[in-house]
Amino acid sequence: MALLDLLKKIEPDKKESPFLHTLYDGFFTFAYTPNSTTSPGGVHIRDGMDLKRTMVHVVLAMQLCLVFGILNVGHQHFQAIGMYPSFFQGLHLKLSFGLIQVLPIIIWTHVVGLGIEFWYAAKKGHAIEEGFLVSGMLIPLIMPPDIPIWILCIAVAFAVILGKEAFGGTGMNVLNVALLARVFVFFAYPTEIAGDTTQIGKEVWVAGYEYFSQVDKIQVAQYGWAHGLFDTLFGAFGWSTFGDGGNAVVDGFTGATPLGLASKGGWAAVTEYYTPTQMWWGGIPGSIGESNKPFIIVGALFLIATGIASWRIMLSMLIGAVVMTLILNAWGATPFMAVPWYYQFYMGSFFFAMAFMATDPVTASSTNTGKWIYGFLIGFVGMIIRVLNPAYPEGWMLAILFMNVFAPLIDHYVLEANVSRRLARKKKVYAIETADTSEAIA
Amino acid sequence: MILLDSFINIFIKAAFVENLVLAYFLGMCSYLAVSKTVKTAFGLGLAVIFVLGITMPINWLIGEYLLSENGLLGIDLTFLRLILFIAVIASMVQLVEMVVEKVSPALYNSLGIFLPLITVNCAILGGSLFMVAREYNLTESVAFGLGGGFGWFLAIIAIAAIREKIKYSAVPPALRGLGMAFLLTGLMGMAFMSLMGIDPEALTSLSN
Repeated sequence: MALLDLLKKIEPDKKESPFLHTLYDGFFTFAYTPNSTTSPGGVHIRDGMDLKRTMVHVVLAMQLCLVFGILNVGHQHFQAIGMYPSFFQGLHLKLSFGLIQVLPIIIWTHVVGLGIEFWYAAKKGHAIEEGFLVSGMLIPLIMPPDIPIWILCIAVAFAVILGKEAFGGTGMNVLNVALLARVFVFFAYPTEIAGDTTQIGKEVWVAGYEYFSQVDKIQVAQYGWAHGLFDTLFGAFGWSTFGDGGNAVVDGFTGATPLGLASKGGWAAVTEYYTPTQMWWGGIPGSIGESNKPFIIVGALFLIATGIASWRIMLSMLIGAVVMTLILNAWGATPFMAVPWYYQFYMGSFFFAMAFMATDPVTASSTNTGKWIYGFLIGFVGMIIRVLNPAYPEGWMLAILFMNVFAPLIDHYVLEANVSRRLARKKKVYAIETADTSEAIA
Repeated sequence: MILLDSFINIFIKAAFVENLVLAYFLGMCSYLAVSKTVKTAFGLGLAVIFVLGITMPINWLIGEYLLSENGLLGIDLTFLRLILFIAVIASMVQLVEMVVEKVSPALYNSLGIFLPLITVNCAILGGSLFMVAREYNLTESVAFGLGGGFGWFLAIIAIAAIREKIKYSAVPPALRGLGMAFLLTGLMGMAFMSLMGIDPEALTSLSN
């Protein structure tokens, strides 16, 4: 109880400093339930704790992906300079490199996103809505590891203000906030995140290209002060350090993602660089959290078990994607179209989108029939964008956003069909009943 | 077969890839004004499909046989294009108006002034002008008319469903109504950019 007393003592006055009080309230409810609860006569129970718990579950489901993502950022970096080729070599270096790269992304996402959310909550006089806990975790996971921080901040601000707060806050947005941030980056700064290996410093899928100059291969690697800090630490333990070597990007290393390769030369071009096992376990360039498939599936199962995500959407999305790939296989005009459906799932972010993006209960269809249609169309459209659209390397984020737009429409017609079906049934029952009574009278 | 191919290509391109509302932002006035409920949006959408699908080939015939130098009159009358196109559109809209009033008075009342205003819906005139600029032939212009109309229809019922849904949201007072509709249109345009860049013609030529 000492903690509670302490917390009560530092509580700011609600009238005098509304912003500070909102802030305090947001963190207070992490530890304790609020005294004020909804009146029993209320139609909706809007107990802040339940929402918080839901959000925290989703964040928990993503942690494995995050840890792996951090490791993989480091792994890809050392691959590029030709050191520690096996995934488990130099783990401490890879982990610390990944942390230096990914932590700022996570921190800045939260500073900007949560900051805006706190400000709006104070402005509206509401408690803080926990919606950003999940978006704040999702956004770093779907960004390329080397994204410039200022672009990230603008994208987060755009998505939170226009995509969520304008609609009235958590639970009322029509488009998925994290996807909106990602798509904003994609459309607004195409050159910065093109992932073009020919331009030094513009390669975003593998972090740390800018530390090396490909022109002058003798140049010593230039790490930042944070790496130096870790070096001192590792040196003290007698472990290998960042300064050990690897001064330039090795010849023949490609920073291209499997999808980039597949769109040029089909499955054969992919397997030139990556093995299926490697792609399945995720030791490949890509967005931070999307590459390891088993961990994503674990997260998805966790979400299904806790009843947060809808298995209907996941299953129907899988079916939609398979159906579209089979159609494309039958067409088979380009090498990419001929990639068999089971190989399609090795590449790109299908599983991540399926587990964490499409199932967002706010932006998905809310009727059960609607969920089947919604998921199926995401799979269908996503595969079309991935394979047929030369402008974009991957289709899932855009397909989900596209279907987010149509989700309310699907719901509308599902409800309407339900209404007319029940009306018809009612009429039939009524007709039989009246027939019965008229018979009885006769 | 090739005729059918190009028909489908142009239909898909006009409906999804180059959506008249969400890519060119044409026909915004009725799109914003009539999208409050799905039911009226549905009616207006159908009317636009019909008007686009009918006026496009008629305008094509007029442009080809009446106004062009190689036409029946033998004089270059292309400067009359705009006014004749609008006249055709206006008469078609009159036709639609009469039909709607006869068939569904409720819809007629809920559409109000916006039904006759399809005449000046820039999506429809824009469609005819695109047809001239892109030098479509008769089948292609039918495909473009129907596809463009279908794209417009999809966009308006989608935004109507969203607007019905956000009626219950705590939208900031300053943004309620039209402000939100503008914002939504922009965001929907972003979502529709997903299909931009797909070129149905290049894809069919690949398989041939």
